[in-house]
Formats: sequence, structure tokens, C-alpha cells
Amino acid sequence: MTAPVVIAKELSRHYEVKDGLFAERQTVRALSDASFKLSPGKTLAVVGESGCGKSTLARLVTLIEPPTTGSLEIDGISAVPENWASLRSSVQIVFQDPYGSLNPRQRIGAILEEPLKISRPEMSASERTAKAREMLSLVGLREEHFDRYPHMFSGGQRQRIAVARALMLNPKVLVLDEPVSALDLSIQSQILNLLIDLQEKFQLAYLFISHDLSVVRHMADDLIVMYLGRPVETGPKEEVFANPRHPYTRALLSATPTADPLAKKERIKLEGELPSPLDMPAGCPFAPRCWRAHDNCHTERPVLDGNQHSVACFYADVED
Amino acid sequence: MPLLEIRNLTVEFATASGPFRAVDGADIVVESGDILAIVGESGSGKSVMMMAMMGLLPWTATVTSDVMRFDGQDLADLSTRERRRLMGKDIAMIFQEPMSSLNPCFNVGYQIKEALRQHLGLDRKERHNRAIELLEQVGIPSPEKRLNVFPHQLSGGMNQRVMIAMAIACSPRLLIADEPTTALDVTIQAQVLDLLTGLQRDTGMAMILITHDMGVVAETAERVSVQYAGQKVEEQPVTDLFATPHHPYTFALLAALPERATEKHLPTIKGVVPGQFDRPSGCLFSPRCTFADETCKSTPPAVQPASLGYARCHYPISAKTEETA
Ligand SMILES: Nc1ncnc2c1ncn2[C@@H]1O[C@H](COP(=O)(O)OP(=O)(O)O)[C@@H](O)[C@H]1O
Ligand SMILES: Nc1ncnc2c1ncn2[C@@H]1O[C@H](COP(=O)(O)OP(=O)(O)O)[C@@H](O)[C@H]1O
Ligand code: SF4
Ligand SMILES: [Mg+2]
Ligand SMILES: [Mg+2]
Repeated sequence: MTAPVVIAKELSRHYEVKDGLFAERQTVRALSDASFKLSPGKTLAVVGESGCGKSTLARLVTLIEPPTTGSLEIDGISAVPENWASLRSSVQIVFQDPYGSLNPRQRIGAILEEPLKISRPEMSASERTAKAREMLSLVGLREEHFDRYPHMFSGGQRQRIAVARALMLNPKVLVLDEPVSALDLSIQSQILNLLIDLQEKFQLAYLFISHDLSVVRHMADDLIVMYLGRPVETGPKEEVFANPRHPYTRALLSATPTADPLAKKERIKLEGELPSPLDMPAGCPFAPRCWRAHDNCHTERPVLDGNQHSVACFYADVED
Repeated sequence: MPLLEIRNLTVEFATASGPFRAVDGADIVVESGDILAIVGESGSGKSVMMMAMMGLLPWTATVTSDVMRFDGQDLADLSTRERRRLMGKDIAMIFQEPMSSLNPCFNVGYQIKEALRQHLGLDRKERHNRAIELLEQVGIPSPEKRLNVFPHQLSGGMNQRVMIAMAIACSPRLLIADEPTTALDVTIQAQVLDLLTGLQRDTGMAMILITHDMGVVAETAERVSVQYAGQKVEEQPVTDLFATPHHPYTFALLAALPERATEKHLPTIKGVVPGQFDRPSGCLFSPRCTFADETCKSTPPAVQPASLGYARCHYPISAKTEETA
């Protein structure tokens, strides 16, 4: 097996916020203790409901902000802020919104050349243009698109442009934060195919963030399920889907609608709502909504435990 | 007599660059107690269709139809005031964004009671009790306390419930739910869908569920109408639609679902939905259809019989064509 290109150890990110003018400062624990490895040519998917810390994790891995605690290693180099400049081109990100992430006043050619201008100042203008044109065709756009503006493109095409821009610096890691969530079904499959092809061609490592479990099931090699800022289950995709061990994973899978009217499903009904990240439960973050919870769940926090397929739950393998 | 019958509905918007046809000859028939899903990609005219029926479109819209009847009553005959009265009482609507129909300046209790006052003429005490009952019915914990809460103090899922409580306040006979769970997480989506289907079962109201999510359709609807570029291209009972789609668009859409994938590369539909300026003269799906020939490109297809899912297609897919293909 090839060496991992990202090694994250117990990454946490907390934010200090003030709720109201005279309120006391409070801590939002957006992400706590996320550890994982990401290998070339592989896809690690991060799933969980809104607010569970997926985008926060994406920002840490993309070197947009440093972790509060924990360590991150990219391509064998410790990703502390002093090293960010030299690591920037190794990790790139694609966001959900293909409308907001492209500058409306720049032509596509200029959008693609910009990262080169900044990071490869020694490159000549003609080399830059050649590279941008090559990338354009690689993501399935045409020669004549080079001089057009973003508004002239459909959502799917804009997402192709965003992917092309992310690849201009030959990154090793691509963070995809809900890359197809804004797209219609008929366009979604085109973009997923493109991502599959590019991964194979460049042996890219994908950190694939999505709330859509059917997309994740198709794309991922490995999976992290997050709840309230914490990984609660991780493992190879097949195992997690076939044998979800954490009660939250079970609930999430059972709540996801399947496009089969004849499927007999027993839905696990989760009571209540996500607690506020300002007011974390003392024990297991899932305990207030969990049907397996015993007294100790409310006072002690289970740690992620296991070999390949790990879970953070005291009663992971009990029969429901 | 169907509860709602709309025939040949067309909506055209006057825009700076000329007329734009957002809905093109759509039929909707809903019987009492029915759950009809309307599924289609964004921009296919689902919301505009409903707004046209409710009389909520701006003046730039020209709405025409052969028939537009609710409970036997011709909607075109109603004055704006009469139509408003019908809407909200007999026909209620909920939207994707609860904040678009909840007023941020009033607490939850006031908004529900206001709906009750306008349509049912209950007295103060009765309104108060009914409001609590409604919040309870939509699964809001400690409803008495929640009456004094403002929308921004509630989560998206809770606001969606408040909107549902307002919508069912006057026991509507038809509930139109336009992408009611699109903005919600799946566990909350499951709660809201259970709530809606439960209410539908208990009260016998009919429901039109608009969505782009095939999973939601499969688990919720009884009948499904598939919309493409402003036209209904197919309609079938839900199990039949998923088992034997007859329109090539429906077929391709289902094939593109990752959960139906048989290999790593997913089947795709080439191209994009036609816009204002590249609307084809024949079948609207012809530029993207793998079966299209010259006839498809030049001649708009007629609607096939019920046995072929009312497919608007020259060459509907049947078990036979699939074998030979
Ligand atoms: N800059 C910030 N300041 C304060 N809180 C934040 C900040 N960024 C994220 N959060 C909070 O952290 C939690 C996780 O957010 P996020 O990572 O965006 O979740 P997801 O992408 O899974 O929806 C949320 O409760 C969010 O409100
Ligand atoms: N007020 C309006 N003026 C002009 N065009 C409109 C207006 N409202 C909607 N449209 C257009 O009508 C089409 C159908 O819209 P809509 O019914 O909202 O689609 P859906 O609900 O299926 O996503 C879209 O192309 C939209 O841009
Ligand atoms: S640790 Fe306890 S509360 Fe948490 S998921 Fe497991 S059983 Fe439920
Ligand atoms: Mg996010
Ligand atoms: Mg809509």
C-alpha cells in the first residue's frame, strides 16, 4: 500500500463566540478529536448532518485555518502554519456552490491561470495558457469556453470549472465539500464520473464530504460518520453500510430514503433534535437521543475504538 | 368527481428577452385522499404550476387552461377574494423555506391563531386551545410554551412543523407541499414525511408532494407525475413507475441514481434542460434522448394511453422495446 498523503491526529477546532452584547464568551466545539489517514487514489467520505463539523474539517485540511489542538501531516510534512505556503498547492478544495465560488468578472481562462500566477511566478504566460487549455479539455469543456464568463455556464459546467481550477497546481489531495449537492440528478452523474476519472488519472486522494448517503456509498472507499463534531464510526465503506455499529449510523441509514417503493424498511425514529454545540452533553454526544443509552452514557464519553471498523459507543454491538 | 382537476395548464412569463413558457400544457388530477408526487429537476415548472393554481403569480404571467376546478368549482370564476378564502382553508400550501411564510415579527402562537381567526371564526379561548392542539399534533414538545416563541428561536425542522401546523389549522382538503424537506437533514426529513403522511391518513386530505428526490417519491407517493421543461412527460402509480418507466427521460433519470448503479461509471443524460432560446420544436427531450430520430426532432409527440404511463413520447419504452434494445 502506498503511504498516506494526509495523516490527521486528534484534530479539534473550537471557536469563541459571544451570544449577545453582554453575554459571556462561550466555546463552540465545532470539531473534536478527528483522526484519519488519506491515501493516494482513495476516497474518504465524511458524512453527518448539518452542523456536525464537516466543513470545519475541510477548512483545516485545506489549510484555511489551523486546528485548535491536534496535528496534521500532509505529504510527509507537518502542516503547521509556517509550512502552509509550501503545502498550499498540495491540497485544493471544491465547494458546493458553483455560483458563489467563481469570480463573475473573470473569464474562465483567467480563473484557471490565477493559481499559477500566484504559486508559479516563474512560469511564462504562454505556458500558463497552455496548461489552462489542457485542463479545460480534461474536465470536459470546450476550447471556446476559455474566453467566456461564469454566468454563461450551467451549474454542472461551473462545477467542472471549479474542479479544473482546483487541479491547476497538481494537488495530491482534493477536498470536495458537497460537490454535487446543488446539482440536479441528470447532471450529478456527469460530475461524479468526472471525479472518478480524474482520481484514477492523477491518483488523487479525495476527502469527500456529503450528506447524501447514496452518493457516498457509490464514491467512497472509507467512511467517517460524524455527530456533533465527533467521529462516531469509521471504517471501510462496505462494512459500515453492511454492519453499522453506532446507533446514530443505524438511524442515519434507516432515515435515508431509498428509490425503491417496494423496499420494506423499518425506520428508526430519532426523538428530539441535535443538541446545540454550545451545550454539549457531558457523556456520549448521542446519548440524549439514543435508545440504547444506559446511565453511564450520560456521564462518560465513549472513545473511538476498534481496528479497521471503529466505533465510539459503549453498546456498539448489542442487539436492538 | 376529482377533488382537483387541471387540464392543459400553460403559464407564460413576459420577460425582457421575450415570452418564456414555464408550464406547457400540464394536466393535474387529484382525487380525495390521494398522494400525488410531482417530480422534476429544478426549473421544470413545478412551483409555477402550483402558484398559478393558487393565483399567486405576478402580473407578468399569463395563465391559460381548459379546466381548472376544485371540488367542481371553476377557479377562474372566483373573484380574487373568493379564491383567497379558498386558499388557506380548503387548499393549504407549505414551502421549502418555512421562513418565507412565517412572519419573523410575530410569535408562533399569534400566527397560528390568526389563521384560525380568519378562516374559522373561533373565539379567543377556542383559538388558544386549538393552537396548542395543533402544535401537539405536529410533534412539537411542550406546545403551550412554544406559543410565545419567535420563528428565529426555532430550528429549521421545528419551523417546518409550525408551518405544517398553520397549513392544517383549518383542516384543508388538499395540502400542497412544495419541497417540504429539501432544506432538512435526513433524520428530520424522515420525521416530517412521517408527520405529513400520518396527517394525510388520519384526516383523509389529499396531498400534492413536489420534490426532486426520487427516494422521497418512492417512500411517500401513491402516484407520480414526472415533469420535464414545463411538461408532464409521464404519470404512473409509484411502484409501476420505478419498475417500468415508459418515457425515456424517466428511464434515464432512474438509471442515473447512484443506488441503482451497476458499475463505477454512472449512466448520464447528455446536455442540459432547454432554456428560453433553445426550446426544441419537436419533443422537448429530443436533444438529450438516446432514442430520438427525425420525427422526434420535428414533431411534438402526443400523449400515450394509460397503459404506457401517459408518456409524452413517440417511442415509449415498453417491456417489448427493452428486449429488442
Ligand atoms: N467561524 C465559526 N465561528 C463560530 N462557530 C462556527 C464557525 N464555523 C463553524 N461553526 C459552528 O461549528 C459547527 C460545525 O459547523 P460546520 O463545520 O460548518 O458543519 P457542517 O459543514 O457539518 O454543516 C456548527 O455548529 C457551526 O455553527
Ligand atoms: N416570475 C417569474 N418570471 C419569469 N420566469 C419565472 C418566474 N418564476 C419562475 N420563472 C421561471 O419558470 C421556470 C419554472 O420555475 P419553477 O416552477 O420555480 O421550477 P421548479 O419549481 O420546478 O424548480 C424557471 O425557469 C423559472 O426561472
Ligand atoms: S454510547 Fe450510549 S448513548 Fe452513545 S450511542 Fe452508544 S449506546 Fe447510545
Ligand atoms: Mg458544511
Ligand atoms: Mg420549485
